[in-house]
Amino acid sequence: MKMPVPDEKILARRLKIVQALGQIVPGEGVIDSESERRVYESDGLTAYRALPLVVVLPETTGQVAEVLRYCHSSGIKVVPRGAGTSLSGGALPLEDGIVLGLGKFKRIVEIDAPNRCAVVQPGVTNLAITQAVESLGLYYAPDPSSQIACTIGGNVAENSGGVHCLKYGLTTHNVIGIEMVTMDGEILRLGGKHYDAANYDLLGVMVGSEGLLGVVTEVTVRLLPKASTARALLIGLPSIEQAGDCVAAIIAAGIIPAGMEMMDRLAVEAAEAFVHASYPLDAEALLIVELDGCAAEVDHLVDVVHEIALTHGATSCRRSENDIERLLFWAGRKAAFPAVGRLAPDYYCMDGTIPRKRIGEVLKRIQELAARYRLPVANVFHAGDGNLHPLILYDANSPGELHRAEALGNDILRLCVQVGGVLTGEHGVGVEKRDLMNVMFTETDLEQQQRLKCAFDADSLLNPGKMFPQLCRCAELGRVHVHAGQHRFPDLPRF
Amino acid sequence: MSEFRPTDVVQVEEILRWAASEKQSLEICGGGTKRAWGRPSVAAHLLNLNAVARVIDYDPAELVLTATAGTPMSDIELMLEENRQMWAFEPPDWRSLWGSQGSSTIGGAIACNVSGPRRICAGAARDHFLGFTAINGRGERWKSGGKVVKNVTGYDMCKLQSGAFGTLSVLLELSLRVVPKPDTECSVGIEGLADAEAIALLSRALNSPHEVSAAAHLPEASAARSGIDGLASRTSLTIVRVEGPLPSVRFRAGALQEMLRATISLEQSASRSFWKRIGQVQPLLNPEHAPLWRICTTPSAAPAVLKSIQASRPTAEGFYDWAGGLLWLEIPSGDNGEDAHAPAVRRAVASHGGHATLIRAPDCMRTRIAVFQPEAAGIEALKQRIKQGFDPHSLLNPGRLHEAT
Repeated sequence: MKMPVPDEKILARRLKIVQALGQIVPGEGVIDSESERRVYESDGLTAYRALPLVVVLPETTGQVAEVLRYCHSSGIKVVPRGAGTSLSGGALPLEDGIVLGLGKFKRIVEIDAPNRCAVVQPGVTNLAITQAVESLGLYYAPDPSSQIACTIGGNVAENSGGVHCLKYGLTTHNVIGIEMVTMDGEILRLGGKHYDAANYDLLGVMVGSEGLLGVVTEVTVRLLPKASTARALLIGLPSIEQAGDCVAAIIAAGIIPAGMEMMDRLAVEAAEAFVHASYPLDAEALLIVELDGCAAEVDHLVDVVHEIALTHGATSCRRSENDIERLLFWAGRKAAFPAVGRLAPDYYCMDGTIPRKRIGEVLKRIQELAARYRLPVANVFHAGDGNLHPLILYDANSPGELHRAEALGNDILRLCVQVGGVLTGEHGVGVEKRDLMNVMFTETDLEQQQRLKCAFDADSLLNPGKMFPQLCRCAELGRVHVHAGQHRFPDLPRF
Repeated sequence: MSEFRPTDVVQVEEILRWAASEKQSLEICGGGTKRAWGRPSVAAHLLNLNAVARVIDYDPAELVLTATAGTPMSDIELMLEENRQMWAFEPPDWRSLWGSQGSSTIGGAIACNVSGPRRICAGAARDHFLGFTAINGRGERWKSGGKVVKNVTGYDMCKLQSGAFGTLSVLLELSLRVVPKPDTECSVGIEGLADAEAIALLSRALNSPHEVSAAAHLPEASAARSGIDGLASRTSLTIVRVEGPLPSVRFRAGALQEMLRATISLEQSASRSFWKRIGQVQPLLNPEHAPLWRICTTPSAAPAVLKSIQASRPTAEGFYDWAGGLLWLEIPSGDNGEDAHAPAVRRAVASHGGHATLIRAPDCMRTRIAVFQPEAAGIEALKQRIKQGFDPHSLLNPGRLHEAT
């Protein structure tokens, strides 16, 4: 993984930069010692590491603006960071850039029940929002599996999902306002407590922009009333294809479950050994279908889904009769990653999305690829929306295996695009999938994305080296160009 | 001025290339039903996309539909209906607001980001927009997004295109999410509540677990035009809708009836036609074609917004959709100012957040005053830079959002 070559001049100015930042953020807000900076050298994608130039932890929006203004005028790169749980390297530091941590923005500013929203600072964890409002019968819907640790600021940057987004949407559907600071230090408010933008939806483009367009300093989230009842079905099926058909049939029956998850045999075995959720070990595929709403609706739909499962050859079908049982059904799924993690020293989690109808075929081809690369793959995924999480098992200490795992992962993602899907469903592009963007997009497609970047950050100082396979030169993009088919910027360095 | 009426996307691309190289400006239009939304066009030519009409791909089990921009919404809705599916965002028909003819198109619905009553629980048009191909003002054909529901590959350019009113790129092919159509619907309502009381009650209904899918309040004058038979005269109407499988709708409607102390109940087709009228803004339709404002503000503050406008413009009349989140406001002529009463409206909205759009007014008025909410300087500058990137010579719908330069 190549990152932009560090700027020697910036590296040489390190102490001066530390000093200048210390004037903006006094006290312990500037982290200078190497051992403390090491803490920030990677995020959830631990295969990549870099020691940041300096880490700064501001406490106010004013300080964020000042830090960015200073960095902008001095040409210093900035990597924003929430809890550092990104699985795509979104918060991977740069040796010649500062890490701007939002960890001190921990306050819940306002809970507004009549308007079903909460105003929170970006360092508040995803789960803490729900905990703060559950006494009102409300909750915040997106629930990425890292929700205990990940922050809402990071969720906004990555447009995080979770197991319930089939019915309740991703972060973008549940965030209605932000305060942000642009790279040149201007504080902007987008959205608020009202619905929709009058025209250009800048809030919509900020969500999922992976820290490349601005730094979010406050978030207004939509809250939803908690469903009165939730029940789950645990369905064992004799083949992946039949499980895929079963999923399609549930959707075709007009049902949008709150969650619909699938695990293959390897994942089921690992989860069962880890948490003893009484998963059926004779099944090739396991489906967890959760239905929520009023009891009358849930009971009705549980019957319908049960019937569909039986007609699709289910070898077992259990229905939760209480919350303890429902949570037990989920326990194995929720622990699936660490459970699979016990099967090998390391695992690499992929995140492509495919059209639902291709699930059976794609899983078969993933197994063929796995055999060719001689690495086992366990599959855990959000079947309802076709979001796959193949887990590639490998041993980083065995020479060449990391490289082989990455090559296999890339092939899996190429396969996803080939069948009409996309590179990433919820983890983000970051550095991980950056060099695969050309598989999905033409040079012209990517240029349009960069036009947006140039409008926000013309000098490419915010989180450079992420998302795009090449750095952006806004001046060239601004020109009206060049011969058809000719490579636009032949001299531009590729990572 | 010439009118272009291409019949396929290749022709659209040729026209856009020509326009870019000759610096010819174009008004982009689908079915032509919303041409009066925004400032009057000052484009040199008209690009009519209504012959680029084709459903490219629709697999009901995938819950995704792909069509070219000029495909009529009515055609698509028929196809969806046959498969017991629908648009979740309940696109409203606003033709009678402007007296426009024709059929609205999928491209127009997305370009204007229009959503109906179900927006409060299902999201706006933009939330169901998954991917597209388009041509920018430089004549470059590009794509973004995909045909799957869950996708974070690159910036979310779908959001940028929906609500851009065709000023950044011309949409060619669009993929949208569709959803199963609920078996049953039922609405329950109560008469006689004052605005503030009604909005507070609607908020309680939305905060309940009963999955309210629409919530409106019609003060006296507009309630009289609600189309509901047997409504007492001179009384307001506060009403909510639930949808879903029959046993669920029965239970939830019953619970809400109790909570609201509802006296009115609309089943299936009565409920459906009521909410259609709400989406169409029928309760305000005034023969005089008075200035009409669409105000999105903090839902609980909507009654205060209306009250403060009425304090200086006593003939102003409004009704609330989205439990207050959407306030429709008409200021009948008589005290029809030169400025559509913009200062009073903007002042009222400014104190509670959100935006007001002048949806209907004579061309001359929409030329003179800002149709869209003026933004903070920093945001306005950012929007200008985005526009500059995609359409540097301002060839696409010039003047629609701002005065053309």
